[in-house]
Amino acid sequence: MQEQEAPAFTEESDIAVTVNGHHYERRVPVRLLLSDFLRHELHLTGTHIGCEHGVCGCCTVLLNGEAVRSCLMLAVQADSMAITTIEGMAGTNSDLHPIQQAFMEKHGLQCGFCTPGIIMTVHAMLRDKPDPTDEEIRHELSGNICRCTGYQNIVEAVKLAAERLRVSQSEMEMD
Amino acid sequence: MATRWFGAPVQRIEDPRLLRGRGSYVDDFDLPEMLHAAFLRSTHARARIVNIDASTARALPGVHLVLTAADLGELLEPSPLLVPHHALTQPRTQLPLAQDEVHYVGETVAMVVADNRYIAEDALDLIDVEYEPLPVVHSLEVAAAQNALLVHADVPGNVAAHLVQTVGDPDAVFATAPHVIRESFVVDRGAAMPMECRGVVARWDSHEGSLTCWISTQGPIPIRNGLAAIFKLPEHKVRVTAPDVGGGFGTKIMMFYPEEILTPFAAIRLGRPVKWIEDRREHFISANQERSQLHEVEYAFDDQGILLAVRDKFLHDTGAYTPYGIIVPIITACTLPGPYRLKNYYSEFTVLYTNKVPVSPYRGAGRPHAVFVMERIMDAIARELHLDRAEVRSRNFIQPDEFPWDVGLVYQDGGPTKYDSGDYQAGLDKLKTLLDYDNFPVMQAEARKQGRYLGLGIGCYVEGTGIGPYEGAQVRVESDGRVFASTGITTQGQAHFTTFAQIVADQLGVEPKDVLVTTGDTQAFNWGMGTYASRAATVAGSAMYLAAAKVREKAKQVAADLFEASPDDIELADGKVFVRDAPHRALTLGQVAISANPLRYAYGENARKLMSMKLAGPRPGPALPPERGGPGLEASEFYSPPHASFASGIHGAIIEVDAKTGMVTFVKYAAVHDCGKVINPVVVEGQVHGGVAQGIGGAFFERLVYNDEGQIINASFMDYLLPTAAEVPPIAVDHVETPSPLNPLGVKGAGEAGVIPVPALFASAIDDALSAYGVRVREMPLHPNRLFELLQEQQGR
Repeated sequence: MQEQEAPAFTEESDIAVTVNGHHYERRVPVRLLLSDFLRHELHLTGTHIGCEHGVCGCCTVLLNGEAVRSCLMLAVQADSMAITTIEGMAGTNSDLHPIQQAFMEKHGLQCGFCTPGIIMTVHAMLRDKPDPTDEEIRHELSGNICRCTGYQNIVEAVKLAAERLRVSQSEMEMD
Repeated sequence: MATRWFGAPVQRIEDPRLLRGRGSYVDDFDLPEMLHAAFLRSTHARARIVNIDASTARALPGVHLVLTAADLGELLEPSPLLVPHHALTQPRTQLPLAQDEVHYVGETVAMVVADNRYIAEDALDLIDVEYEPLPVVHSLEVAAAQNALLVHADVPGNVAAHLVQTVGDPDAVFATAPHVIRESFVVDRGAAMPMECRGVVARWDSHEGSLTCWISTQGPIPIRNGLAAIFKLPEHKVRVTAPDVGGGFGTKIMMFYPEEILTPFAAIRLGRPVKWIEDRREHFISANQERSQLHEVEYAFDDQGILLAVRDKFLHDTGAYTPYGIIVPIITACTLPGPYRLKNYYSEFTVLYTNKVPVSPYRGAGRPHAVFVMERIMDAIARELHLDRAEVRSRNFIQPDEFPWDVGLVYQDGGPTKYDSGDYQAGLDKLKTLLDYDNFPVMQAEARKQGRYLGLGIGCYVEGTGIGPYEGAQVRVESDGRVFASTGITTQGQAHFTTFAQIVADQLGVEPKDVLVTTGDTQAFNWGMGTYASRAATVAGSAMYLAAAKVREKAKQVAADLFEASPDDIELADGKVFVRDAPHRALTLGQVAISANPLRYAYGENARKLMSMKLAGPRPGPALPPERGGPGLEASEFYSPPHASFASGIHGAIIEVDAKTGMVTFVKYAAVHDCGKVINPVVVEGQVHGGVAQGIGGAFFERLVYNDEGQIINASFMDYLLPTAAEVPPIAVDHVETPSPLNPLGVKGAGEAGVIPVPALFASAIDDALSAYGVRVREMPLHPNRLFELLQEQQGR
């Protein structure tokens, strides 16, 4: 048996991130995944881990506004960036975000495990593409796997959310 | 019964929590002082363990415990055999950690507990296992060969079980039948793949001598019972909770997965909470799988297309162990007759060990295989006699006036395979409308002129659901009027928090949102089995109804005393209990609950109001009259079905095949479903949608590929293709409702249904699309490459 050294990845580094509008400064192991940082350091457990190889989309968060897989990033790579997780969607008031509301009304979730990641994906999608076709919705969702719903009601929920967000956007522009 | 909520599309009560990211899945529990476990798994499908050296791992800073088989003492016992059967003559179950030999890639060999998962996995790398590889039984063919290699040295021929069932006199029919065809069908492995992997958090409280476990499981009560026995603890000192579970689909109804014993063991041993969360790679090689079977079928039919007899001999791959007995092949054998009047049937199966991940039920549980075989038979009859495929099915359907229909087989629960109700022709008629069936040939011919290959396929099934032995429920009204309802089954997304609340709300005159349902917590309900076999709504739902109805009667009695009225004149509605035709004489449900508990002290708003009301005083005699059966507005009831209730469905699809590439796209998908009375149509449709998506995976995308060494070579989501929103088409759903006479709600199970007929109808549609090539699909799942090969083979002829 060879001599055993301590693992090489125990080095730590300081990071500062803004998550859902709150500023955090933490010292973290350099090998810590962003998903683990969010879940177990910041206790934002709404971001789920389904595959840890970047396919299922359960861990999707917004990083400086872009939908990314938090399981494919190290926490140190998010240094000085702004992150939005599912916990940041509804804001502080009691109302659900229109996307969340639409998922409830259209039965767009069953076990709920993939749901936070899908909502984050949809959030970014509708910002960039406020009036998507069914085909565009299905294409954009194809990076998020849902094993329960067969996607039917997710597509319906996205359409409803898009419609409501467009209406509220145009009302804001009218004001 | 008044059913304001039963049958209504009530929005899910559980959703706001889940949508906000406030669900509580096992990995969301971070307890103070918690340690983290990781498992070393066999890298060989079969090998002798010569030596394990864990000394370096043990010395790694941050490591608290390393366990191998040698460290387990009394714990080194094979897991219990869950469902013994007389035909299962050579059962084998798994040790928590492999001792002398490993039998599949992924089998647990050692456990590490460390400060965090990262260090635990570092330590796994430091454990040195010396294996002596042995020849591998990597397929059913290898397992079944003459003088076969052995999976277990003491199991001759790898045969775990052998079962024959016969209905009627098939031999006589075959001897004289006008048409007999013989064919082979191959069904390959797939897996449930819930989005949440398995996981366990265990906490030992040395002061109380109590063990608490949060497990991502479909059956916490059996696990609690087992853990209590293993650790020699009173059952009430062990609490097992299935919190939010991110999908199960069968793979989480097991007892025991090794991690479910070893994680609590480590917590007890170390006196600190321990968490183990399965990662996806582990899930691919250690969570139970299903589906693999080889069928040799002979079938006889007459000139009118009436199926006269079937002889089906099949091999069933159980993997390295039989943790779940032979439930899956029994279900296959019993499902094969389907909605058809099959009066002569010989069924023989042999269960073989292979060096693969063990097999236990996965959504559909043996049924997609059987339906694939039977529906291929129906299509072959139509082709042979130049009849319409739907017409052949119609001619063979059991008719609505023929129920109950006894198939003549012993079902998985030991009861009869006896269909309670159904109307299969009604389902087919609805499907034909949804698919615009009669106009399809024109559409197909038009497309063909443009060089496009369209095909239509249909698939019918009958599904045994709602098996026993029993489930129970407790319903309780608290003094503030809130209703609590609990049952032993679990929830993995099926909306039980809503559908059970609907059942209770109708009985107690409240709204579903006022009913708080708890599932899967042994502390909330002590008795029961779990959520599997499409049985939660039927069995636990019926218990819920019975318990709520009992509380309702109690509320009426208590209120009748207070109002000096007859219980028959008391009504419950809008959260109130009142005298019929005198609604001013009313109490809230909470006030009745307080009155039902004759203490001298009561607290809260309801109690204060009660004090100021003019009501009859207590009757003389005991404060708790014996006929009232205990204090409070509370009741527990159990429901035990006489036998399974049989749901059914007919699905169909129109597909387009790209004959150049083998790629298939869905043009249309329709499902007609009969689960008896529907508690919540939105929920049922959601279950069907999800099942269909998994079925599409099982038809065309999801095949677990093992190589000759028994290694899964597509053990990642990059390579094992779960259908995405881009592959699953819009699904039209319609219902037929033939209530079950077996239970008080008239319901049948709906959970597994959607998945069952998809591979069958897919094969049917492929054949239809490629009829010019003479393709006959005899395997599932297909995939684009394989379809391309089939096309090449046909063109090469």
